[in-house]
Amino acid sequence: MRVVFELAGPLRQHAAGAVAVEVDVPGGASVTDALDALAKAHPAVERRIRDDEGLLRRHVNLFAGGDLVRGSEHTTALCPGERLVVLPAVSGGRAGLS
Amino acid sequence: MATTALIGTAKGLFVLAGERGGTFTERGPLFAGENVDATLLDTRRDALHPTWFVASMSFHWGPTLRRSDDGGATWTEKDEAPVAFPEGAGASVARIWQLAPGPAGEPDVVYAGVEPAALFRSSDGGRSFQLVEGLWNHPHRTQWAPGGGGLCLHTILVDPRDPDALIVAISTGGVYRSDDAGATWRPSNRGIRAVFLPEPDVEFGQCVHKVGRDAADPDRFYLQHHWGVYRSDDGATTWQPHEAGLPSTFGMPIVAHPRRGGTAWLIPLQSDEYRCTPEARCRVYRTRDAAESWEALSDGLPQSDAHVTVLRDAFTCDGGDPAGLWFGTRSGEVYASFDEGDRWELIASHLPPVLSVRATAG
Repeated sequence: MRVVFELAGPLRQHAAGAVAVEVDVPGGASVTDALDALAKAHPAVERRIRDDEGLLRRHVNLFAGGDLVRGSEHTTALCPGERLVVLPAVSGGRAGLS
Repeated sequence: MATTALIGTAKGLFVLAGERGGTFTERGPLFAGENVDATLLDTRRDALHPTWFVASMSFHWGPTLRRSDDGGATWTEKDEAPVAFPEGAGASVARIWQLAPGPAGEPDVVYAGVEPAALFRSSDGGRSFQLVEGLWNHPHRTQWAPGGGGLCLHTILVDPRDPDALIVAISTGGVYRSDDAGATWRPSNRGIRAVFLPEPDVEFGQCVHKVGRDAADPDRFYLQHHWGVYRSDDGATTWQPHEAGLPSTFGMPIVAHPRRGGTAWLIPLQSDEYRCTPEARCRVYRTRDAAESWEALSDGLPQSDAHVTVLRDAFTCDGGDPAGLWFGTRSGEVYASFDEGDRWELIASHLPPVLSVRATAG
């Protein structure tokens, strides 16, 4: 089945300007499976969503079916055509970084 | 003398270019919004047209590394994470703190120092990097602790006589040395007093801020510690304090002259609790006698109400003759001297906080 990642603006430059990208995953796949597929199809996007350990970056939010996915990527099953929304968290302003 | 300076800031990269004694143009920000923690102008293949490397960190999207072979006109960036821990290492690169050239005769070798403290080596001109596992697997590693900026490996020095002899420095971990191309490492901190510990004379755990190698004697080093300025004459085996003339022994950067032995510069800060220039005066200190004494250099620098902070990699030498010196401040000014520190000019101001500066002149 195919699922869709909707990309926040800063990520689109790493997907040839695409607003959204599709990946193929087996039926019953999890969010982790979709991210693994994204890593193969669009590694420059995926590495900005997950770190070297495969964890969601602290200040990146991923929504599946409108729900925030963090810590449940392995267990959140996807439906055909599911849209996964990637957004930068409302964070920042930290001393030294802002 | 044509000069280019890469100014890494908390909001992107700025490029200053011009002739000594003339006006410098400013381009930027490139990679706007990213922390540019480290840059490298690699002159080993072509002194007049160096390869540019820029390491940055996006608050949201993580670290990355870019390369330009045409003076910053175009950039290449690997799709996959350019500097990343291998699967199973149990760590993720938070920031790339340092980029350093490998041996002069091996221009494809580039080193990267990262947070959490680890060393990576590239043998393909910075296109891919591999973890130096000998250091990562050192039994001391789990006892290293982060300083205020994070647990970073920030200094990488290759012995000009032996490409397998490496010195690195970690905050806080101290100086480590390898004589076998990174396969094994030993701490090299004897004499550096960790005054922030109950027992200051420890084998490792020092908060070394920066190390420079003497141009004439490869076994001589200058070191700025978290309290204390030191010199080693025996290949970093032992260290002795050399602080005569300094208003404070606290500071971040230390820069050695690229050609003249015995000459180095540093910029003291008042204390670890007040990390600004002492007495609200912005002064660079220079030694010409291998740190036996330090003299203040202030001509052209603000000498009143100057509460200035200069970070460890925000001070550099451009390699020209005479040596050009550049430093950037957390308050967004960039100063340069083209006579080895005697006189200084304000080159840029109102930039974001400056994190790193590298420059080349030829």
